[in-house]
Amino acid sequence: MFRRLHDAGGQSVTIDFEGDALQVGAQETVAAALMAAGAGHSRTTPVSGAPRLPFCMMGVCFDCLVEIDGVPNKQACMETVREGMKIRRQDGKRRLDP
Amino acid sequence: MHSADVIVVGGGSFGAAVAYGLVRQGVDTVILDGSDDSLRAARGNFGLVWVQSKGMGLQRYADWSRESSHLWTDFADDLQDSAGIHVNYQNGGGLNLLLSEEERENCRRSIDIMRQQAGPDGYDAEIIERDEVQKMVPGLRVGDEVAGASFGPHDGHANPLRLLRALHCGFEHRGGRYFAQNEVVSITHDGSAFVAQTANDRFVAPKIVIACGHGITKLAPMVGLNAPIRPQRGQVLVTERIETTVEMALGSIRQTDEGGFMFGNSEEEVGFNDGTTLPIAGNIAARAVKAFPQLSGVRLVRNWGCIRVLTPDKCAIYDESETMPGAYVATSHSGVTLAAVNAHHVANWVATGDTPPDFDHFSARRFDVPAAA
Ligand SMILES: Cc1cc2nc3c(=O)[nH]c(=O)nc-3n(C[C@H](O)[C@H](O)[C@H](O)COP(=O)(O)OP(=O)(O)OC[C@H]3O[C@@H](n4cnc5c(N)ncnc54)[C@H](O)[C@@H]3O)c2cc1C
Ligand code: FES
Repeated sequence: MFRRLHDAGGQSVTIDFEGDALQVGAQETVAAALMAAGAGHSRTTPVSGAPRLPFCMMGVCFDCLVEIDGVPNKQACMETVREGMKIRRQDGKRRLDP
Repeated sequence: MHSADVIVVGGGSFGAAVAYGLVRQGVDTVILDGSDDSLRAARGNFGLVWVQSKGMGLQRYADWSRESSHLWTDFADDLQDSAGIHVNYQNGGGLNLLLSEEERENCRRSIDIMRQQAGPDGYDAEIIERDEVQKMVPGLRVGDEVAGASFGPHDGHANPLRLLRALHCGFEHRGGRYFAQNEVVSITHDGSAFVAQTANDRFVAPKIVIACGHGITKLAPMVGLNAPIRPQRGQVLVTERIETTVEMALGSIRQTDEGGFMFGNSEEEVGFNDGTTLPIAGNIAARAVKAFPQLSGVRLVRNWGCIRVLTPDKCAIYDESETMPGAYVATSHSGVTLAAVNAHHVANWVATGDTPPDFDHFSARRFDVPAAA
């Protein structure tokens, strides 16, 4: 559904999204990488549970929230991918540690 | 030029509540309000409907706050009917958490004073132990350093932004006319009515209520009234939305219906500077984590400063001018708590002239201390 305007070429890294290994460009943001991979919705909203994808891609709308390496509610558009990064959907509200 | 039965100056917590109450009684009312750059406590406050700490030194104010909390349930239902807006009022009581033995001792002393002051009418807040606190807040583990809490059965909380919106929508729905960006610069009396002058317009009415927060100090003397108020900053923090549910209001911690936690409230003497500072915000966050260690690591999404409207004794001022009858002033901290009495009793006072019992206790004349001989 999403297509890169130009292929950055160069290096790629492997990230883990909900247990699936994805090969993505090393310079990409998490948001761009997930959309290019067609990974589906990246969060559900805390109030109505609606599925959402990243929207503004510049840090203002908070529609791109995901869990990155165990830290919830990270903005995927503000974070560059890293080899081995573990990403999960942000499913509604944050849960507290016991 | 516009005319009405009553002009309400200010569309914040106080003005909007009184004006809403007036149109509910069928009084033709206009609100004249300031602009986006005005000081507007209605948009930056914490949302408590709080009784337990109110009225030290002025029992009438303690009673007034409690009366408002009793009216709040019906008031919230009424706003839902008039405006279709649910303000999410929770009235399960409130806890003021005590984070050291010293805080507990100070609190015990205040409760003793409030009890004595209240006399036979009684004062309902009491200190409870940490394990009782834990039972009242089952969703979160209470920190080891919590030395109990004072529990007030009449305390609660609401969503303050929805409250403001509901008052405005309800006001307009019942025929009230609202004029934003119409800051009043002068008030005169032309022999038959009051004339409020704004930059581009004139408004005329036989009665005028000055309820515009910090705008009052300039306007009140124009109608022979005095309202000695001063600024005090409070900073507030808001967290990301959290799944745990805490229904009870906890003084300086409360969870909104959408899941975010709010932490507050500093008391800073910095004039009209409504900025934020890291040391104060850090203190507020550290207290929240001390109370509930599980909140450590939770992400903050907002921090703002907002200026309180404080009278010298932190209690309300309600006055009608002696030299220019028909001109009123109404102001206080705690405009959320008092929204229900403002919409009921204060609106009725302005509409009908029926003065609520012992209302002279709220006159600013209480500050005119005679000089020592
Ligand atoms: C940090 C903080 C936390 C608080 N927490 C709580 C709480 O938990 N519970 C509670 O009950 N209360 C709380 N308050 C207090 C509450 O917000 C205020 O008591 C209340 O908002 C005051 O209402 P007001 O209408 O007098 O003033 P405001 O709400 O400030 O409104 C004043 C209005 O008048 C307008 N205005 C000013 N000058 C003029 C003019 N010349 N002509 C026309 N319009 C004018 C302004 O534009 C503004 O809209 C808190 C306040 C602060 C700052
Ligand atoms: S997409 Fe809008 S904040 Fe990330």
